[in-house]
Amino acid sequence: MRPITRRQFLQDSAVALASLALGDRLAAVLAGQEAPIPIGAVYPLTGALARIGAVIRNAIELAVDIVNTPYPDLNLPLARTAGLPRLGGRRIRVVWGDSRGDPATGRAEAERLIEQERVVALIGSYQSAVTATASLAAEARGIPFLNAESSSPRLTERGFKWFFRTGPHDITFTQIMFDMVEDLKRKGHRILRVAVLAEDTEFGATAAGVAKGFAQARGYQLVAMELYTSPPSSLTAELLRIRAANPDFVIGANYLVDAIVITRTLKEMRWFPQGFLTHAGFTTVPDYLNAVGKDGYYFLARAPWALGIGRRKPLVLRVNELYKRRYGSDMDEVAARAFTGMLTLADAINRAGSTQPAAIQRALRETRIPADQLIMPWRGIEFDSKGQNRHATGVMVQILEGEYKVVWPFEVAEAQLVWPAPPWDRR
Amino acid sequence: MDLLLPAATSGLVLGLVYALVALGLSFIWGVMDVVNLAHAEYLMLAMYATYWLWALGRIEPALATPIVVPVFFAFGWVTYRLLIRRILQAPLAAQIFATFGLLFVLRYAAFFAFGPNVYGIWSAQAAGSTSVLGVPIAAPKVHAALVSLAAFGALSLFLRHTKTGKALRACAQNREVALTLGIPVDRMYALSWGIGIASVALAGVFLLPFYQVSPTIGDAFLLVAFASVVLGGFGRVDGALVGGVCIGLLENVLGTLLSPTFKFLFVFVAFVAILLVRPQGLLGEGGR
Repeated sequence: MRPITRRQFLQDSAVALASLALGDRLAAVLAGQEAPIPIGAVYPLTGALARIGAVIRNAIELAVDIVNTPYPDLNLPLARTAGLPRLGGRRIRVVWGDSRGDPATGRAEAERLIEQERVVALIGSYQSAVTATASLAAEARGIPFLNAESSSPRLTERGFKWFFRTGPHDITFTQIMFDMVEDLKRKGHRILRVAVLAEDTEFGATAAGVAKGFAQARGYQLVAMELYTSPPSSLTAELLRIRAANPDFVIGANYLVDAIVITRTLKEMRWFPQGFLTHAGFTTVPDYLNAVGKDGYYFLARAPWALGIGRRKPLVLRVNELYKRRYGSDMDEVAARAFTGMLTLADAINRAGSTQPAAIQRALRETRIPADQLIMPWRGIEFDSKGQNRHATGVMVQILEGEYKVVWPFEVAEAQLVWPAPPWDRR
Repeated sequence: MDLLLPAATSGLVLGLVYALVALGLSFIWGVMDVVNLAHAEYLMLAMYATYWLWALGRIEPALATPIVVPVFFAFGWVTYRLLIRRILQAPLAAQIFATFGLLFVLRYAAFFAFGPNVYGIWSAQAAGSTSVLGVPIAAPKVHAALVSLAAFGALSLFLRHTKTGKALRACAQNREVALTLGIPVDRMYALSWGIGIASVALAGVFLLPFYQVSPTIGDAFLLVAFASVVLGGFGRVDGALVGGVCIGLLENVLGTLLSPTFKFLFVFVAFVAILLVRPQGLLGEGGR
């Protein structure tokens, strides 16, 4: 070991003491950098939704890392540079708030982050109910709030000035079904008659109402609309009636158990419409195919995102690879949406060139992120006057050969959409 | 007309399935005047048992009958010895709360053991289809309907022509007199729980090939089973058969012809109307 001289010792101690005394800021200046910009994130980190909260946290931290360190080969906003170039390379840092899945706690956490942590913007909060209250705190204090995952249409109908949503909402999910059918009509399919089969609580009844509205607005004939109570002991009466109405396609809003009854009853009746499009959450659950096997093929479901779009969009696979290397599992749709939300917010702060909330708000309004810089199946990100991303959409997946394959929009499809679905005796 | 026949045929088949589910409820209710609110939870557990035998042991449901049914007979017997016997003399409210509590214990035990996932089987037996009166019906539904008829027939013969059966009927008619005649009433009660739970397990075995199981699946059948028993008539086993078939037919025929959304409204309007005219149910014998 080299002996330490008296002079050296004094020098080193002085630097160390100065760093300790003046804290992060001086240390950062000494390191040639200012303190990172604090961004607040309010999510359910504990409680019943903690698992989803952890996924979101992973996705957001990956996005922050992509902003803060250079990834020269990634075509994402702020990936190639270190930190925010228009703010002299300053880094960003996330300050976490735990909503515990509760609207009141979410709001209190948002207030704490704004007032005590001095965050320049907020991102959150997964559940629509928590997003509604947490964004209220931001609106009252004039802090931008970016939401990436909540799906209640009401959130962007409140006329808030500081609220922005990158992801799609529930009405979008019905819209994409009709958009897909429009595309099919353009390809020469004759599709006019639609039937709706939905469970009769908030989820199903709302979706049924929205489907009815789209059918009327776009000139389809709504030939049957049947609501039932879940779990149903039988859906024979409902499906006999729908079959008698002879729809070209059926829109379903059903729970998993209902979907199994529907599948089996359709098979029993030896009838299948040209297409059966569902809002069902069962798309992500293997239980469905375990229960019905091959009989579940050709059903279509909407999804906000699917890893399968990576086949046509290599960027998705590259980001998924980074994610998987860090966390050991594939990205899911919630992760993809949260990741995109964080990058959008960082992009706005960079373009604002300032940490002033009003400048960030203005930059968010002027956001123009093109499709090729997104891991989402969207045509881009641009906010309308209500703060909703006008390009937010989803994908349609179809069960083909035992897997969920992205089949629409056609430009990101990984497999050919099978339409009309083959009759039972030719499967 | 092209709607009526398929609706009536599936209504009849479905009604027989409802009747099979209701059989055990009706039997226990008839013999000892205890309303078992946890009835449909035994159905759920029997479906799980059948599922796991199929998933782990590759035993087809029909072949699982000789395993599942005796096990549930014992399960019913044990339920009686541990719980029901202690509340026989208790007020009606206590009995209701006891079986209601049992419902939650069994349901959340299933949640704990199997998780909230939904399981169904997909096998050769489940895939077949037959034609009834020219209407295609899934083969497993027809099997369940036939098993239902057989179960009602067998139970009816047992009650009429065996000594034990007669003893059970004596207990149902008058507990005290049965006691003075030297009938072991306590054993008869345990037996009726065994038979009641075994028969709902039989329903579970034959339901699984066309109906999936999850911890809350009892909700789909409990109300229908109760309505079948009340509509058909208390104290008579074949009442559940008539009640179940009536509900299946009303639900499917009126539901299909008028509006499926209100199918259970039709069922329960008819239910109330019939009970106003015949409070003892369709087959019931006088007031109790």
